Parts: sequence; C-alpha cells; structure tokens
Amino acid sequence: MVLILWLPLFFKEDQCTMSKRKTAELDITKVKLTKKEFKRQWGLIFVAALYVIYGIVFYYLPLGGWIMAFQNYKLKTGLFHSKFVGLAKFKFLFEDDRFIRVIRNTLAMGIINLAVTFVTAIAFAILLNEVQSRWFKKTIQTISYLPHFLSWIIVCGIIHDSLSSTGIINEILLNTHILSKPYNFFAHPNWFWPIVAFSNVWKETGWNAIIYFAAITAIDPALYEAAAIDGAGRFQRIWYVTLPSIKPTIMILLLMNIGNVINAGFEVQYILGNGLVQRVSETIDIYILQFGVGNMDYSLGTAAGIFKTAVSIVLIFIFNQIAKSQGDEHLF
Amino acid sequence: MFDNKRKLPTSEWVFIICNTVFLVLFAIVTLYPVLNTVAYSFNDGSDALLGGIHLLPRKFSMKSYNVVVNKEGMLVGAKITVLRTILGTVFSLAANAVLSFILSRKRFVFKSGLSLFWVITMYANGGMIPVMLLYRSLGLTASFWVYVIPGAVSAFNIMVMRTFMAGIPDSFEESAQLDGAGYATIFLKVISPLCKPVYATIALFVAVYQWNSWFDAMLYNRLNPEYTTLQYELMKLLSSVANQGGNGNAGGKTEAAAQTITGITVRSAATVLTMLPIICLYPFLQNYFVTGLTIGGVKE
Repeated sequence: MVLILWLPLFFKEDQCTMSKRKTAELDITKVKLTKKEFKRQWGLIFVAALYVIYGIVFYYLPLGGWIMAFQNYKLKTGLFHSKFVGLAKFKFLFEDDRFIRVIRNTLAMGIINLAVTFVTAIAFAILLNEVQSRWFKKTIQTISYLPHFLSWIIVCGIIHDSLSSTGIINEILLNTHILSKPYNFFAHPNWFWPIVAFSNVWKETGWNAIIYFAAITAIDPALYEAAAIDGAGRFQRIWYVTLPSIKPTIMILLLMNIGNVINAGFEVQYILGNGLVQRVSETIDIYILQFGVGNMDYSLGTAAGIFKTAVSIVLIFIFNQIAKSQGDEHLF
Repeated sequence: MFDNKRKLPTSEWVFIICNTVFLVLFAIVTLYPVLNTVAYSFNDGSDALLGGIHLLPRKFSMKSYNVVVNKEGMLVGAKITVLRTILGTVFSLAANAVLSFILSRKRFVFKSGLSLFWVITMYANGGMIPVMLLYRSLGLTASFWVYVIPGAVSAFNIMVMRTFMAGIPDSFEESAQLDGAGYATIFLKVISPLCKPVYATIALFVAVYQWNSWFDAMLYNRLNPEYTTLQYELMKLLSSVANQGGNGNAGGKTEAAAQTITGITVRSAATVLTMLPIICLYPFLQNYFVTGLTIGGVKE
C-alpha cells in the first residue's frame, strides 16, 4: 500500500506515534523539558533558537508589515508614525475596476493552469507506464524533464519565438493553408490564457508526472492480474485500478497546489503580456508591482498582498474540508 | 493474454501504436523548440529574419555568440549567477540540513512547536511590499547577499529532508551516543553520510532555483548593474522583443528603440549559453532528483 507522507507527515506524525504509544508504552514521543533533558539537548536548543530568530526576521516580521495596509504609509514617517486610515485602502482596491479584473485574471489563469497541468501530468504518467520497452520509457522520461529546468524567461522566449510570424506554428498553419497570412497570437486577448496554459503544460508535465509515475509503479501487480482475469481491458484497468490507486496522491497534490491558484501566474504574464492583451494578462502580482513598487503606494500593494494570502488560506481550508468529508487524504 | 505477444488482440496493438506515436510527438514538441533555438543561435543575424530555420542553421555564423559575450552586463551577470548558485546552494543546504536534523530528533523537546513554526511560514507570507521594505531596512537591497540569505531556509526542503532523516533507524544515533558522541558529531559523522541522496536532491533544487531566478535581481538590484544576473539580462533582451510583438503598445517604444532591439539570433545565443550548463548536467543528476522526490513522498 502506498502512503503519501508529504505534508500529512508534518502534521499527523505526532498523532500517529501517539496512538502507537498505546501499544508500546516504551516509545518516547513527547519529552518534557527537565533539567536533565536541557543539559542533554542544550546544543540543539541553542541552534534551534538561532533558526527561530532567522524565521522571525525573514518570515514573521513581514507579517507585521501588514499594518501598512491600514495606514497611509510613507517612507519618511515609517511604520510607527504613518497615519492610520482604517480600511480605506481595501475599499479603494475593491472599487477599482482594474483590481477586480486583475482578480478575475489571476483566478481564471490559476484554475485553468492547475486543471490542465494536473490532467496532463496524470495522463502522461499513465501512458508512459503502459510502455513495455525500458529504453523507450527512460528516453521519453528524460526528455520530458528538460523544460522544468529551464527558467521562465527561456520558456517564454521559446514560446514567443514559436508563435511569432516566422515561427513554427505560423509556418505549419500557412503551409497547410489554414491561414493565408501569419497570425499574431500575442495581439489577441482570446489567445492569451491558452498560451499561458500551454506554457505551463510544456514546462511542467514531465516533472509533475514523476510523483504519479512513482505511485503507479508501487501499485500491487496482483490487482492488475485480478482485473485481467475478470476480463478488464486496458482502459478498464486504467480506470478501475490505476486511477483509484493513485487517488490519494492526486488528492494530496491537489490540496498542496490549490492555495497556489492565487499565485499561479506572474512570470509568464509579466514577460509575455503586452499593451494589447493587458485586460486579460494582468495578475494581482503585476498589479502590486505596478502600483505598490512602481508608484510607491506601499499601503495599496500590501493590502493587495493580504487579500492574496487570505484567498489562498481560505481555498486550502475549503478544499481540506471537502477532502475530509469525502473521506480522502487531507492535510489537517 | 499477457504471455504471448502474437496473441495480442488488434485493439491492444492499436493502443500500443497510438501510445507510442503520442509519446514520440510529446518528445518532439518538447525538444523541437529547444533545438530550434540552438539552430537560430548559429545562424547569420539578417538571414534569420527570413525565418524558415528548423533544426540546422542555414547560413552558419558565430557572430551572435561574439555579440553576447561582449555585451555589457552579460559577463557580470554570468559571474554573479555562478557565484550565487555556488554560495546559495552551499549555504542553503547546510542551513536546511541542520534544521532538518534537529526536527528529526525524536527526543528534541520543542519538536512539534518548531515544526509548526516553520509550517506556518509556508502559508502565511508577508507579500512583496513588506518583504521588500524589510530587506531595504536590513541593508540587503543593493547587495549580493539578498540572493543568498533570505531564502536559505525553506519549509518545503526541510520537509523532504526531515522525512528522509526520520527514516534512519534510531539505533545509529543511540550507538553513537553510547560511544560518547555529541549531537554535532552525530550530525556530521553519522547522519550526513547516510543522507547523501537527499542532500544531492535538495542541492539540485536550490541550484536550479538560484541559476534560474531573475525577479529578485529586478526587484532589489535593478539600479545596481554590478549585481545583475544572467537571467535578468536575458529577460531584458526578451522583454524588448515581447513587447514589440504587441505592436509596441506597451509604453515608450520609438522607432529608434525598435531598431536597436536585439535580433533573434543574439537572443538565441544568450538563451543557449544560459541553459547550456543545466542541459549538460540534468540527465546525469536524474537519478538523484527522481529518487529524492519519491523518497520524500512515497513510502511503501
């Protein structure tokens, strides 16, 4: 049986070992801080304290910066002397048509990307698993990882060149007489979301498939044999054995990625976006970059950032509850 | 049904052929654009504007590489990128390994508290602006160290490493302790040698991240060309062209600027140089990241 340990381990391990303790009294899980333990572990505690300081500075202090969202923050007056304005910045954000549009773009592209990259990765892993030749399997797999290691800059450059007027896509379309003159994909808003989705698929399918591929290889062959004896064809075996077996993996990865829906999309949109498709290409991060950093309206940028974090946490909680109620793997 | 290939029904053959064709197409779609970029990089600049170059250059020329190597910023970018990749990887690996070691000690008194402390950082982050202002007040902006210090400890990497370390039997630690070894010795002499595969995986993740990042260079060191990175330089080359794709609507583009826009061959040459180290290395490191990813994630 395959147990996916990623995140659940972080949360559940203590509970698991707790329940185990009932059977084995000697198992030490929770150690109390006594003088003796302190003497034994002072080295660990000291180093752990350094990490806590590091964590507070680089991860928790910026959370304190959230106060800015409720102020009219000015560099001159700083965090302690800037004027408080309450929820005015949030009010401004939600009355700004542009921000509403930016939320729509972010969520739409985030959801589309999540859906297509999940489906393609799972499909790729399943199809690759059906290949018999080890050599062929290994070659395809090695090729499939390649784009993951390229930066978004390079990937966007490649996508841009492929879709340019002299690029391969236009060449094919012209040679097959589907088009009579080159089509400028980057000038039409309708094409922007599909291009972003395809970029994600191109870059990450092979990489994302690794974990599914590992989960599929761990499935007990006896299940397939039993299915074959019962007369299941190839597609039925995929549908009734493979997919249910990797369902826990899928659920956990889905849960881990659902919070990122609101982050999905900065680099591609920033690099490939242009004036003509701005209405559909701009995401929350680009908005923050433009108004927060560019126009130095730090309070507004922070408010938009808070909104982002809030949405991602809400999404994680909702999907965690859904998974829980369905009896699937869940995070907490 | 399975034991003899000759007995396979037609539907099975159809599936096998379709599947093979599909996977080969997948490989072509993945490889073609990369090889096409390589072909362009070796082609003559003005000839390339005509298009129609596929896997081989039509009019061979190394001029683009010459232009790239002599381009202002490229060399500095390369130096900084190499430096941040090496320093960043070493520092991050050490930092993550030590914390993972602490978190994987079963007897550690603050184990669950410290775990929670780091898990929270995965979900709640301050956002772009507060982080930027913090780095500014710490004096990290306009410096090289902004690439190395802030992102060194990452909860995700710790998770992978900790899972691996927790799988090492306690008896290793106990017998070392009986021999009088302290935690430092146990970490360096007992646990670390056993963790080579997961160390390699994390080092690879961090190195690729460092090599490929550009946003931090833009956000924190835009005005400091001495700290530019290779990817940021490449991004500048690309964005001038990408914006041109939208008929130059994205602000501030004149005819003169359009003419200085770097040709596709120079951009391709820069791209090839930037991705060369990664393409050369990744097939050999494959086993590390595949096992590393699955060790952390799947347990039978």
